[in-house]
Amino acid sequence: MGLLRELYYIFLGFFQGLGACFLFLFRILRCTPAALLRWRIIWQQIYSVGAMSLVLIMVSGFFVGMVMGLQGYNTLSKFAATSALGTLVALSLLRELGPVVTALLFAGRAGTALTSEIGLMRATEQIAGMEMMAVDPVRRVVVPRFLAGAVSVPLLTMIFSAVGILGGFVVGVSFMGVDSGAFWSQMRVNVDLWDDVIGGLIKSVVFGGACSLLAVYEGYYSHPTAEGVSRATTRTVVNSALAVLVLDYLLTAFMIHGV
Amino acid sequence: MASEELKSDNAVEITGLRYRVGGKMIFDRMNISIARGKVTAIMGPSGTGKTTLLRIMTGQVLGDRGRVLVEGKNVARLTADELYDLRRQMGFLFQNGALFTDSSVSENVAFPLREHTRLPESLIRHIVLMKLQAVGLRGAAQLMPTELSGGMARRVALARAIAMDPKIIFYDEPFAGLDPISMGVIVRLIRRLNDSLGLTSIIVSHDVEEVSAVSDHSYLISDGKVVAYGTPQELEHNKSAWVRQFMKGLADGPVPFHYPAPDYATQLLGEEHR
Repeated sequence: MGLLRELYYIFLGFFQGLGACFLFLFRILRCTPAALLRWRIIWQQIYSVGAMSLVLIMVSGFFVGMVMGLQGYNTLSKFAATSALGTLVALSLLRELGPVVTALLFAGRAGTALTSEIGLMRATEQIAGMEMMAVDPVRRVVVPRFLAGAVSVPLLTMIFSAVGILGGFVVGVSFMGVDSGAFWSQMRVNVDLWDDVIGGLIKSVVFGGACSLLAVYEGYYSHPTAEGVSRATTRTVVNSALAVLVLDYLLTAFMIHGV
Repeated sequence: MASEELKSDNAVEITGLRYRVGGKMIFDRMNISIARGKVTAIMGPSGTGKTTLLRIMTGQVLGDRGRVLVEGKNVARLTADELYDLRRQMGFLFQNGALFTDSSVSENVAFPLREHTRLPESLIRHIVLMKLQAVGLRGAAQLMPTELSGGMARRVALARAIAMDPKIIFYDEPFAGLDPISMGVIVRLIRRLNDSLGLTSIIVSHDVEEVSAVSDHSYLISDGKVVAYGTPQELEHNKSAWVRQFMKGLADGPVPFHYPAPDYATQLLGEEHR
């Protein structure tokens, strides 16, 4: 009985959290038109959450691409199909690795920063101060950060995939001796704009929205103490990672059966 | 009906306020009137809900029962937009200042102006300098909040609170944790701003000496009720033992020094025999 009750409360807590998260999303969307008029604030946030993540994304993308090149070459050479290396690297990155790894890195690099920043603003009464100055903190603080995250992740994903393909090219063509023409032409023939590129982009838009929402939600509703903010930051990473992986499966299943 | 007729010349009228947190009664049928244009202090021991009372007056927290009228408007019945409209007439000084740590002093003071007005940049700059001059920190305009002392941060927060020329200003423990000089500066500022800008000032504090120096009237609250009300002189000569203990800071009296405990000797001997 104790275990059942425990499970009941876990599920109840999960759905309560999910509901609160969606209500918060509606509140964000309601404030979005007003926040869009202050595009400068959103621009600043895109710089701090997006542009500041560029180096991490590019370095990670390059190494992931290099590993793909190495592993792909190793496997394909057993079937004398190394000319398909370009296709393998591009499809893996565009369809899966690009959106998923970028979203996970974004959650770790920028999501945590968003949560702790908003959480500390609440702990130091800056949020309450804003409310007392008749400024809605959701419009002024949360929406610009959410939009910046949601815009940045697809852009970062594109950069991740592009740099990754370059990494695969460097290892496959420069180090392993795969023919450069075969690498690019096979990729051009086998990568479909709608199925692969746009499909991956749709995933990244969903992941960006989910990671940004979780980050601002956890920050806004964190307990205004040092421990509360630290817990909220941890929850951001854990929940974002889970959300990305679960959503990835759902979107992939939908795309494979739907397309 | 959000707006109700003001029966008297009071900026704030609280009648029959009840507020309970968990099982604990914080306010029990509390009545308070704050005269317009005066400095009114709300004093009481720590934990009596003084800050909560400020939050109720400003609509950050809603009371369970009773009526809270601020500038003739029933705070509990306002929509979010109406509450924000009312708050544009209010200034609130938080205990820690609540300055935005990522913006400079001048940007902090300019914040409400940028949010609520479409004034040109040059005019905003002038207003910011005037407000900072009023609190004596025009020279600190370019500093960041982390570079300020506690007293300076509170003065900057005060400049920000008066940026929109409010009608009422709320001070939450304005003297807590300040050195004597900063305390003297804040006392003088509260009085001067109140008189020169024609504000209504409401101070929540337990610093008897400073409050007596600045306030026109004081409310003493304890156990969810108003215990005494009057000018600082009237409270000074109040006959009630509780008021005397609070005003003179005596360690023992109606509020006992000892937390309720079993008999001392019995407990000591009992421990020994165990």
